[in-house]
Amino acid sequence: MTVPLLKVDELRIALAGDVIHNAVEEVSFEIGRGEAFGLVGESGCGKSITALAIMGLLRRPLSLAGGRIALDGQEIQDASPSEWRRLRGSRIAMIFQEPMTALNPLSPVGKQIAEMFVLHQGASWSEAMDRAEEALRQVRVPSPERRIRDYPHQLSGGMRQRVMIAIALACGPDLLIADEPTTALDVTVQSEIIDLMAELCAAKGTAILMISHDLGLVANMCRRVAVMYAGRIVESQPAGAIFATPRHPYTQGLVDSLPRLGERAKRGRQRLREISGVVPSIASYPAGCRFNPRCFAATDICRNTPPAQTPLPADGLVRCHHHG
Amino acid sequence: MSQSTPASVTADIAAKRRFRLKGGLSLWVGGALVGIALAVAITAPLIAITDPVMSANLMNAEIPPCWEFPFGTDAQGRDIYSRIVYGSRISLTVGVVSQIVNSLIGVSLGLSAGYWGGLWDDFVSGLTNLMLAIPSLIFALAIMAILGPGLVSLVIALGLTNWSYSCRLARAQVLSLKSQGYVQAARILGYGDLRIMFTQLLPNMLGPLIVIATLGMGGAILSEAALSFLGLGIRPPFPSWGSMLSEARDQINTVPWLSVFPGLAIFFTVLGLNLLGDGLRDILDPQTTTRR
Repeated sequence: MTVPLLKVDELRIALAGDVIHNAVEEVSFEIGRGEAFGLVGESGCGKSITALAIMGLLRRPLSLAGGRIALDGQEIQDASPSEWRRLRGSRIAMIFQEPMTALNPLSPVGKQIAEMFVLHQGASWSEAMDRAEEALRQVRVPSPERRIRDYPHQLSGGMRQRVMIAIALACGPDLLIADEPTTALDVTVQSEIIDLMAELCAAKGTAILMISHDLGLVANMCRRVAVMYAGRIVESQPAGAIFATPRHPYTQGLVDSLPRLGERAKRGRQRLREISGVVPSIASYPAGCRFNPRCFAATDICRNTPPAQTPLPADGLVRCHHHG
Repeated sequence: MSQSTPASVTADIAAKRRFRLKGGLSLWVGGALVGIALAVAITAPLIAITDPVMSANLMNAEIPPCWEFPFGTDAQGRDIYSRIVYGSRISLTVGVVSQIVNSLIGVSLGLSAGYWGGLWDDFVSGLTNLMLAIPSLIFALAIMAILGPGLVSLVIALGLTNWSYSCRLARAQVLSLKSQGYVQAARILGYGDLRIMFTQLLPNMLGPLIVIATLGMGGAILSEAALSFLGLGIRPPFPSWGSMLSEARDQINTVPWLSVFPGLAIFFTVLGLNLLGDGLRDILDPQTTTRR
């Protein structure tokens, strides 16, 4: 059995307030070397703070309350600030949803890429600038020798996200966390960016943790997908299976609520299926299964007992009393 | 009503754009005034007519402005013009150096307080409020009383008493910049605290800080004049604009040129610094300067 690149085990993140709540609990997953893993869920379900925890960046009122995070078999949840700093950027990198604000407006983009080489690999500035130009070429920015001197406001959103990818992948990290990397972009630019990310990561052997609320996007790009609801992973399956045979009622609801091409021609005009109700607030998670107030299959056991994880074939799992 | 032709309209827009991109009138007027003051200070030995201290000659006492003495002479027969020329060295030195000291203190305190927050922030904010509550001139007076008159103690006194504005500004800027994506991104990419401060935060808050420092220079020159006027600044016979005013105050009715010309020198230098500060505020926005 090989050691997975990233192993998150029983992660628990506490949100301090008048009362301490668990924003994320019992979250466990593994990402293999070079594997693309998707984490899907709606706003506030805890997917972004899970990513922050993996980067060691939880800040008050959030804090790591339990669980283990292991990178390459080495536990990093208790690393010191300087150890974290060495990990970030060089072994774990991240790109975000807002390419507009994620670049320093007063620094030419080439310099911002080059800074990574200087910071993490001790390169000289002149060498780093040459490598930055090469990095820009790799993310297919046209005429990189001129673009390298451009400031972020001179680039379009898609170009900026390419620059972000170049910065994130500059030091050849083992893991790239992509937190909604295409949400702020046009659909056509979206697919280019996703293809580019997938291609570069495949070439460099970088694993991807893709965080999104877009099930379709994640399923296209990732080998395995985990669905989060209200701070817990409710289902995890290979990407194909999650569409073909969703086991958790929430995942079924998500898949059903996606519009399908050609559906209307086949079955006539129909109202798109939806999941009734709203996400419970973190202060008032229901007892038992957290999805039970919105679930069509809910019974008494769902209202009283939190469901345990049931293993599924191909490393999958589901957290439901009535799965299947 | 005359209708402008399209050609003249585009020429008009082009002219306006050129004008705006270069920072506007205040930058140029202010820059010119400050430039003249600097040039005078640097070339003082070349353009002064006589020695500002040693040329006392009672035969020439209190001559009104004339060809030989363009700004007249004082009671000791010294050329006012030459004394103003040399006085610019002191006024500008005090203005520039004390503002550099102020900015260094204010920015390092404000930047670190805003960045790290917590107890250090409380302490710095308290100290800033304390400094703001004490009139800075009174504080400077106290320091001057301890250190004794002279150029170095002037710079120290004014440098230690006016940093609260740049400190507050720096802290406020850090607080708003800290939540910017690129600052967070820098942390995620493994930047250290100091590197974040110097590469991400400081360049992005430099514009307002430079403006404040430029405006503060005018204030420092006025404070120097006030302290010298009160006899705590530059000691006679060495000329500073403030001490010249101080010496001339008894004779403002009978020998007005003694006070008018140093007063005008202060006026135009402070005006120039204020205009320059305003003009810099307009151009220190990268979005208008880096477009090619």
